[in-house]
Amino acid sequence: MPVPQPESPARQLRCCGASGCRSAGGDALLAALRTACDADATEGLTIKPVGCLRLCGRGPLVACDGPEGTRLYGAVPPERAADLLAAAREQGAEAGGARAALESHRLDLEHPFFRLQRPVVLETCGQVDPESIDDALAHGAYGQLRRVLAELTPKQVRDEVRRSGLRGRGGAGYPTGLKWDTVALQPPGPRTVVCNADEGDPGAFMDRSVLESDPHRLIEGMAIAAYAVGADRGYVYVRAEYPLAIERLRLALQQARRKGVLGRGIFGSDFSLTIEVRVGAGAYVCGEETALLLSIQGQRGMPRPRPPYPAQSGLWGAPTLINNVETFSAVPAILREGGDWYAAMGTEGSRGTKVFALSGAVRHTGLVEVPMGMPLRTVVEEMGGGVPDGSAVKAVQTGGPSGGCIPEERLDTPVDYESLLQLGSMMGSGGMVVMGETTSMPVVARHFMRFSVNESCGKCVPCRAGTVQLAELLDRFVEHRAEAADLERLEELCGMVRATSLCGLGQAAPNPVLSTLRWFRHEYEAALREPSHCEPPDTCTVGPDGETRGYAP
Amino acid sequence: MTVTPASAATTTATATATTAAPASLAQVVRRHGARADALIEVLHQVQELHGYLPPEALREVATLMRLPLSRVYGVASFYHLFRLEPPTAHRCAVCLGTACFVRGGAQLARRLESRLGVELDDPAGNGTWAVQHVSCLGACGQAPVVVVDGVLVTKLPVDQPEELEERLDAAGLPRPATA
Repeated sequence: MPVPQPESPARQLRCCGASGCRSAGGDALLAALRTACDADATEGLTIKPVGCLRLCGRGPLVACDGPEGTRLYGAVPPERAADLLAAAREQGAEAGGARAALESHRLDLEHPFFRLQRPVVLETCGQVDPESIDDALAHGAYGQLRRVLAELTPKQVRDEVRRSGLRGRGGAGYPTGLKWDTVALQPPGPRTVVCNADEGDPGAFMDRSVLESDPHRLIEGMAIAAYAVGADRGYVYVRAEYPLAIERLRLALQQARRKGVLGRGIFGSDFSLTIEVRVGAGAYVCGEETALLLSIQGQRGMPRPRPPYPAQSGLWGAPTLINNVETFSAVPAILREGGDWYAAMGTEGSRGTKVFALSGAVRHTGLVEVPMGMPLRTVVEEMGGGVPDGSAVKAVQTGGPSGGCIPEERLDTPVDYESLLQLGSMMGSGGMVVMGETTSMPVVARHFMRFSVNESCGKCVPCRAGTVQLAELLDRFVEHRAEAADLERLEELCGMVRATSLCGLGQAAPNPVLSTLRWFRHEYEAALREPSHCEPPDTCTVGPDGETRGYAP
Repeated sequence: MTVTPASAATTTATATATTAAPASLAQVVRRHGARADALIEVLHQVQELHGYLPPEALREVATLMRLPLSRVYGVASFYHLFRLEPPTAHRCAVCLGTACFVRGGAQLARRLESRLGVELDDPAGNGTWAVQHVSCLGACGQAPVVVVDGVLVTKLPVDQPEELEERLDAAGLPRPATA
């Protein structure tokens, strides 16, 4: 794919500065590299902090570019800085020796984890310095915004996005082009664009990575969307748990304003846009769009019934376009290459690519972007390398607390919106947590139900009280106190909470229970048959091997 | 790097402060022009000033922002990151997100409870240390993780007790007095 490449120096070391690698010692490594580089005044070698280099589990990661290609090193301690420099310089025997010394840290870029990726949203992630707008511009940032403002009408932009078949990447998968049309075609008046960066699903870190790695791509996507729907004001709502993402986004917005990419009369057109950051305060429910809008307005984030949809009546009553980070970030590439190009990837109903956060009981944890429709098995076993100890995968959890567990025998299912729904799970925002044989499914179900109990906003009874009752029923299974009637009660109550809750959080809260009941019913039944014999109860397991990893206070 | 519900508010407010940190509550409110929609941001910054949101501060925010106290208290009590009680001197957050859960986050939580002599999610803790759970810090690639006084500690070896204790020592968590 023709990503505009800047005239970069032939040799550079790209150090991952996203929060994962930072916590693994990335900062110390970067500092050591800079000190070592200053000490011997190396010419023609750039040391560049970049965003996510994907294989988060092996951090800190450093990519070493040269005329002969790129080599990637993982888990590099600062003491190896001199070796990295020597290896990057590629001169004489010294480089050969340094490379040999680093061999144990070398990661194979031909491994399926890297080879099968198809970066679109992440195309510049790990390439650009997230704190430098000049570097982003050199990589083509804001090029499409400039072109769109000069050459296309808002309607042409919306048509292109509709042609791409892009669907909302936050979870529900609503067609993006349709949403943009709905907002644009509201009666005349002010409009707002909002980016939902309240990535709260446990096991999801795609949006964090995009914000930390290339915030200008998101800003460009939002600006194009604002132009397409006629908005002049934008907000990014980010969860407070992502301080580095917030810092980099704020810096990027400041730089964009200084460069005139945001503000009045952008690129000499009559299009104006201001974007503000709003920071959440730790409420998962604020990822629900109507709750998010209230939170932006400084209120308790409690969902309200729809309609009216935010597209009709959103922030301060104005038509409001809400998309997720990944959705907006796909827009610049779609406009550059064309909607048909994007639609050619993926499957009939799910076009394009999707970013997944791979974690849990899997050898290679990190970020992958793959075409929609790739079999789950390819992602988990080929790219992810399966369970670290070589044992079998038991299930893959997708969709967070609103999703479900997909059993091993269904791993050949293609990853797209409809197929996952058919399995009783959902795409969700893209978290994919692999579970091995030691994970007990009723414990998993209880884990998610406790999450929903904690995060229920309390507005509607089915969710506020229903989740508590469901969690208590699940306690009985986990602690081997359940009776046959409890299984019926569990299913009945799941159906009731799903049917009568006000918002998506409540409606989807039973999903982890229903999906584990569907695929792993024998584990619930085993809990019925076996008398309570474990003391204390919190060490009980209904798993096959006497070990549970669930939390029991 | 610093991420924890205990300190995230602090950190984000730090990220906000492009100018000098405000010294008083009145300054915080003035900076936002008393716009009602800035209430959450104001509360973040007030919490940074005091370490938590004491009742008198909430009253002052309500007066200065010309909002009903019920609205201010309603927002302060709704969001998990706002503390209405004084925090302990040291805090530890253990992630019980799905990836950490699969990799033994629950055992880790129990280990921390017994090591520090506290109960999970009891804000008073043992007087000096408190341990709370968080639902996901987005560090799933390095699971299981804890945050000790704002510092993220990753890839804790739950299955190797001795190594685990050493890593917790290194993170600054005290061992039980009897040990």
